[in-house]
Amino acid sequence: MASIADANKKVLDFDGQLQAQDDFFPTLKLLDNDGKLLDKAAYKRSELTDEDLVEIMKKMLFSRQLDIRSTKLAKQGRFGFFAPTAGQEASQMASAYAFGKEDWLFPGYRDIPEIVDKGWPVWKAILWSRGHAKGNEFTTEDGEPVNSWMPQIIIGAQYVEAAGVALGLKKRKEDAVAYAYTGDGGTSQGDFYEGVNFASAYKANAVFFVQNNGYAISTPRELQTAAPHLAAKGWGSGIPSLVVDGMDPLAMYLAAKEARAWAAAGNGPVLIETLTNRLEPHSTAGDDPLRYRTKEDIAEWWKKEPLIRMRKFMSEKGIWDDEKEEDYIAEVDSYIDDQIKIADNIDKQKISDFLKNTLEVPGQVMKEQIEHFESEGK
Amino acid sequence: MANKTYIAAIQDALDLALDKDENTLIFGEDVGENGGVFRATDGLQAKYSEDRVFNTPLAESGIGGLAIGLATTGYRPIMEIQFFGFLFEVMDSIAGQMSRARYRFNGTRNMPIVVRSPYGGGTKTPEMHADNLEGIVAQVPGLRVVMPANPADAKGLLLSSIESDDPVVYLENLHLYRSMKGEVADGYYTTPLDKAAIAREGSDVTIVSYGGAVPVSLKAADELAKEGIEAEVVDLRTVSPIDIETIGESVKKTGRVVVVQEAQRMAGVAATVMAEISERFILSLKAPIGRVAAPDTVYPFAQAENDWMMKADDVVAKAKEVVNYD
Repeated sequence: MASIADANKKVLDFDGQLQAQDDFFPTLKLLDNDGKLLDKAAYKRSELTDEDLVEIMKKMLFSRQLDIRSTKLAKQGRFGFFAPTAGQEASQMASAYAFGKEDWLFPGYRDIPEIVDKGWPVWKAILWSRGHAKGNEFTTEDGEPVNSWMPQIIIGAQYVEAAGVALGLKKRKEDAVAYAYTGDGGTSQGDFYEGVNFASAYKANAVFFVQNNGYAISTPRELQTAAPHLAAKGWGSGIPSLVVDGMDPLAMYLAAKEARAWAAAGNGPVLIETLTNRLEPHSTAGDDPLRYRTKEDIAEWWKKEPLIRMRKFMSEKGIWDDEKEEDYIAEVDSYIDDQIKIADNIDKQKISDFLKNTLEVPGQVMKEQIEHFESEGK
Repeated sequence: MANKTYIAAIQDALDLALDKDENTLIFGEDVGENGGVFRATDGLQAKYSEDRVFNTPLAESGIGGLAIGLATTGYRPIMEIQFFGFLFEVMDSIAGQMSRARYRFNGTRNMPIVVRSPYGGGTKTPEMHADNLEGIVAQVPGLRVVMPANPADAKGLLLSSIESDDPVVYLENLHLYRSMKGEVADGYYTTPLDKAAIAREGSDVTIVSYGGAVPVSLKAADELAKEGIEAEVVDLRTVSPIDIETIGESVKKTGRVVVVQEAQRMAGVAATVMAEISERFILSLKAPIGRVAAPDTVYPFAQAENDWMMKADDVVAKAKEVVNYD
């Protein structure tokens, strides 16, 4: 039996404590870089069918294609602000596949594909990127509400808001959760801690994703914190916290699915750190990654990107091939072409509408401003 | 009708709001069993359950985020910020998020949130407790800022704030909590969120004021009356939006104006009121507009509070200066 003296020694063993933190978080992996299944039991546990695999593959391809097209359009000045997503398809789309329409998405500005996946049409995403209010209506083409908050610009704010929705869903006894995405830089924000901690204190229905993609614009993850694993920050609030290979779609789906079930059952939130990488610039607004990382590093990460391993895994199973992929990409391209046309034909926005949307009941001075802009047709 | 303190009127309103709509929730630091550090929520958790009146962890930004999320799921949150000096911790939730939501979502989503918080000097609090920060929130588009000056308005304006689909910052004067009593009607009633009140009628000079500065202005008006000067006191009730029309009617009648605020002189609500009067009613003015405000320092150390805060004497002196101007 451990004596008080032994316990005291353990308390004062700083090196030992750091080692324990480092050791505690193994990475969840199901597929290796070559698409080889590493853990059959875990795969079975995911309950993924061949149809599910095709769906996840399509969602990831859609995201990649949207990324390629958006980047090109941005260069032509036809897309506004866009934060590239290449490399993060598993981290974003395979995790999102575990959630339903009833669940509430709290995206960061790089999480456009997840919102589109919930039914927000791409023409609205284009308008959002261009800075048009119509893009900020989170509804489907048929006007059905899409349970998503706007892409958050203030890093971390989506975490405290997600905690609020998570508590609301719990109070209403709904089988639904709030799920929020931020990045490695986001874990340095006060709101990150407050959001995770509030959700933990209320055992609220939330799943928090930290997409550790290596960089917050140019600042490497190592400079954000001395913590060996960002997932460890969830431990500070006493919640299950996982590290997942963010390039592995099967691992991402399994982790997200189990986290969702745990949170929806009223056990409280889960934090998931996804080990992924941003293979492209921070945004289409002039970022040059070669100022802060090497070509070799980027090339190494491209070898690990999720589409490669998913293609191999599915081809091996006989459920995916080049022809299927080409057909699907052609379909996505033609959809995006149509969506651009819709976006190009939207009415100009009016300052008088902005004023009307500022307060539901405007005061006298604001009424005068509304009248003024209306009289000028603005 | 009952004679109630300012804080009892607030408690009465919260009780009625919880009773009227099961979607109203009250939360904040220590608002549960403890009833809030000033007892504004005393007994409400016992009456309406821990599900509807509950404590939060100690983090103001988290409280603001919680309110936004709860409003998103159809609740009508009444969140408490324990002291308004803690505004800076919750500024993103208020000014970066909830106030912008309706605009951002192109009018498809409202944030029916009330942020209750005590402010104001005269009780020798530690630093960051008494600050008059209404000017900061009044400059935020998409917020209403409400500052009642008496128990009857405290109740009616709070019930209106809770009914409002716009986010409201509802500021409670710390000094008036227990020092002021007044007649408060029984039962549920609302007071408009964009209408100033004439707190005292008069024809010689208009004193425009709000919140804790209103009773000071009324005291000054009584002093002035002894010297034969009849001051009209306009109580703004809401500093965003400001009811320019009511101010204008009074200015046209008196032609002389003093604007009184407890906050520092720089920028702020008084400056806006003066600018609106200058733009709209300058031809009705018989004298330059006077202003009574606090010096442009940080809210002072407690022992210097009496020298720092504006007083009825300052208002009397400024009113006389304006009245005697040729």
